[in-house]
Amino acid sequence: MGRFLIRRLLLLAPVLIGILLVTFVLLRLIPGDPCKSMLGERATEEKCDAFRERFGLNEPIPVQFLRYAANLLQGDLGVSIKNGRPVSDVLAERLPMTLELTVLAMLFASTFGVALGVISAVRHNTALDVGAMVFANVGVSMPVFWLGLMLAYVFALALKGTPFQLPPSGRLTAGTELPSLLTVWGIEDAQGLLRFVVLFISNSVLLNALIQGELDIFLDALRHLILPAVAVGTISLAIIARITRGAMLEVLTQDYVRVARAKGLAEHVVILRHALRNALIPIITVIGLQIGGLLSGAVLTETVFSLPGMGTQMVDAIIARDYPVVQGFTLIVAVIFVVVNLLVDASYAYLNPRVRVS
Amino acid sequence: MQPTGAALRSVEPNQGPLPFCAQSPFGRAVRRLLRNRSAQAGLAIVVTLVLIALFADIIAPYAYDQQIRQPGLRRRSPPCIHVLGCEREKPQLLMGLDGNFRDLFSRVIYGARLSLQIGFVTTGTAILIGTLIGAVAGYLGGWADMVLMRAMDVLLAFPSLLLAIAIVSVLGPGLINTLLAVAIVSIPVYARVVRASVLEVKEKDYILASSALGASPWRILLMHVMPNSLTPVIVVGTLGIATAILDAAGLSFLGLGAQPPTPEWGLMLGEERNSVFNAPHLVLFPGVAIMVTVLGFNLLGDGLRDALDPRRRV
Repeated sequence: MGRFLIRRLLLLAPVLIGILLVTFVLLRLIPGDPCKSMLGERATEEKCDAFRERFGLNEPIPVQFLRYAANLLQGDLGVSIKNGRPVSDVLAERLPMTLELTVLAMLFASTFGVALGVISAVRHNTALDVGAMVFANVGVSMPVFWLGLMLAYVFALALKGTPFQLPPSGRLTAGTELPSLLTVWGIEDAQGLLRFVVLFISNSVLLNALIQGELDIFLDALRHLILPAVAVGTISLAIIARITRGAMLEVLTQDYVRVARAKGLAEHVVILRHALRNALIPIITVIGLQIGGLLSGAVLTETVFSLPGMGTQMVDAIIARDYPVVQGFTLIVAVIFVVVNLLVDASYAYLNPRVRVS
Repeated sequence: MQPTGAALRSVEPNQGPLPFCAQSPFGRAVRRLLRNRSAQAGLAIVVTLVLIALFADIIAPYAYDQQIRQPGLRRRSPPCIHVLGCEREKPQLLMGLDGNFRDLFSRVIYGARLSLQIGFVTTGTAILIGTLIGAVAGYLGGWADMVLMRAMDVLLAFPSLLLAIAIVSVLGPGLINTLLAVAIVSIPVYARVVRASVLEVKEKDYILASSALGASPWRILLMHVMPNSLTPVIVVGTLGIATAILDAAGLSFLGLGAQPPTPEWGLMLGEERNSVFNAPHLVLFPGVAIMVTVLGFNLLGDGLRDALDPRRRV
């Protein structure tokens, strides 16, 4: 197992270098003079020279790339052109929201997706199965942002006054405030990695509320995230349900399932312990593959629910031509994506020892 | 329709022997396709959409940018359908008016034209480039394969929509740049698929025969390897059209794709997203249009996979 992981980690290196190259090249692809497009058409020659000096744009391209990589290794993602803040600060502020949404959506999609898939497979060819699969087909075809808007309409307006009413926007009910952990722990002057980590946790409202023991705020934040998470997770739920159903149908015809039934095990034990466990590999693969779609969905859905995450930040950054922010976020997301895929691979090796050898 | 799950089963049972005339591989594939329920539904949707796109000028009662200003008609008026009891004095508005006094129904109809174009153009471009890359990598092998496929791996390391957003941010917002971005991010999928099937095809005896006859590598690649490797591309491409339409709609929704007054469904949703509580029809209809279109291509793609995939023929 250890050797398998090390080999996979080594294979990760070229991909990471590739990701760096792409995000680096991205900034060099800007049509025209980068100075003019970032500082505006009226930037003077002196200003442009200073700008090129500052961003090292007058150096040979390989040198620029090495400098970019070296800065990244030191945690320096550059500075936002729009407001001069370090990109790492912007990420620490905005990314936790997006990740919370992604994780919740993933939990929602995998729990309900696997359950729906198992039920359809067990009740194969009944009305329930047909209904579930029609839902799955429709579910994968819905644009997340549209589903978000529709959910907001139904749960915030149509069901207003019922117990099912849910807030359609924002992260916390207006007036609710949660102090930053930097203040709570009295380390406002912390620097570097410590500051980044504490800011990150602190901006993840769910975690922060739990750490501070504010259960009401935790539940409030959770309520605000239900609709966005359902919107983001539905496509993945549908995909996971389809794959689970297929995998289960295949496993249920196997001899060991018949044996398990023959020796008189309860049906739920046969389904969950014998069949589902052996159907898990394709299911985990597809759950892992969803992370990219979920992150993209989160970015699209934040704008619908006015959530202060990376998605809204990205749109602002793109309109303001704030390239370092776009670059930093793209880089981080790609790294998350690659690492999750690695974890999925590692989980195969755990679930199926045969993978470790090949 | 049978009330059973037959519509959703991936493999249709072989219903008796086929007539002799339908035994060519192409004929067999078409028959299998037409017998597949999800393909039937998908094909019906796609054909309807193509017809709507072709005859948009006849179907749509107004031009997509025409403002309908009449006394009594408010901005974002709800739908008014005469047979459902709407007053005859008012003009018939199947989907209501949008925020600029334009007929939403006409805009949705014209949107079909645009969305199909987006789907076909981006997927076509991606298939063209992806196929070339995949074919060259698979056929030549060695360092060309290594370099090309590692480059594809790197593109696949980004979630596709986010990479498309990043590309648009660099190129600048606009429909053409969106098409380009969506096409670029879909290239690796086709490159991989084509490479895999080229690797399989190039070992076949007829390729060896052709090479023994003195055909040049390019001739073998273009005349023999490619035509025999393209089946999976048809399947992946059909599903890819669905993804491309969704991604492009997403970019337009964020304001990075098509610009007003283009009747693009994603843009229409984005423009009216703040009216969802007082004029839900403006959000409902363009969304349903996207969903039905994407559903059509997804069903057709699933049906094609079942009909064309040799492993599923048994």
